[in-house]
Amino acid sequence: MESKFYEEDKLLVLKITSEIDDHIVQEIRRRADYEMERYMPRKVIFDFNNVTFMDSSGIGFLIGRYKFANIIGAKLEMTNLGSSIKKIFEMSGILKLIPTVELN
Amino acid sequence: MFNNEMKLEFISKSSNEAFARVAVAAFASQLDPTIEELADIKTAVSEAVTNSIIHGYEKKQGVVKISSWLTENEIIIEISDKGKGIENIEMAKEPLYTTKPNLERSGMGFTIMESFMDKVDVESVVGLGTKVTMSKIIKPKEEKDEDDFKMLMSNN
Ligand SMILES: Nc1ncnc2c1ncn2[C@@H]1O[C@H](COP(=O)(O)OP(=O)(O)OP(=O)(O)O)[C@@H](O)[C@H]1O
Ligand SMILES: [Mg+2]
Repeated sequence: MESKFYEEDKLLVLKITSEIDDHIVQEIRRRADYEMERYMPRKVIFDFNNVTFMDSSGIGFLIGRYKFANIIGAKLEMTNLGSSIKKIFEMSGILKLIPTVELN
Repeated sequence: MFNNEMKLEFISKSSNEAFARVAVAAFASQLDPTIEELADIKTAVSEAVTNSIIHGYEKKQGVVKISSWLTENEIIIEISDKGKGIENIEMAKEPLYTTKPNLERSGMGFTIMESFMDKVDVESVVGLGTKVTMSKIIKPKEEKDEDDFKMLMSNN
């Protein structure tokens, strides 16, 4: 995972650079929580551009980060969802909870 | 009749999840599926294998078995474990039903399998294990091309 913090906007962009399954998600979760705690951002954007595979582990992961973001007072957004990932998120209703945005 | 068949066995380590879905996808590719069909198969396999590992065997070590068959235009995949089994299959299949919310599971596994595959059948006996059988029709390429052509004609 690559992380980039924009101080002036208190924006943390977390770019996931691996597949997301039950095995790998544990490491992604640890890194995401670490970065969020370290920067205390006002907004966190998860970038899925480099995610070539995701199963239901990704839903649990995002709901977990959503709860954590609420605790630290940050807003959560997602960007660059591929069609398969979008299908899975649509099914779970997560898109109503976490908005997708265009990142330029 | 089946044109091809394969069997795979591995121990219930989460690091085998990627291996399992990639192996089945490689087998399925003999039917010349689209990228999207292949992604659907990979996801469904990942769901069933992960369930065997985290729910079937929990912290214990066991063996996950995959059998798969190809017909002219269909792939059939059977994924089984000898783990703890499911008490109420209908309830387990409900969207958002999970017995492990504390592990950040969302209860969407069966829902994803059912929407990504054409058929999903679950057999389970408490104390003996679980077997998930799923199948998906893979349209031969000519039919796909025909569909594309029809789409093109109706668009213009
Ligand atoms: N192989 C299995 N052995 C024992 N129990 C199972 C098995 N597969 C599924 N279950 C039970 O069925 C429930 C629902 O499974 P499902 O895959 O839909 O959701 P989940 O695994 O809990 O969460 P998610 O897949 O979204 O991460 C599980 O919580 C578990 O109790
Ligand atoms: Mg599951």
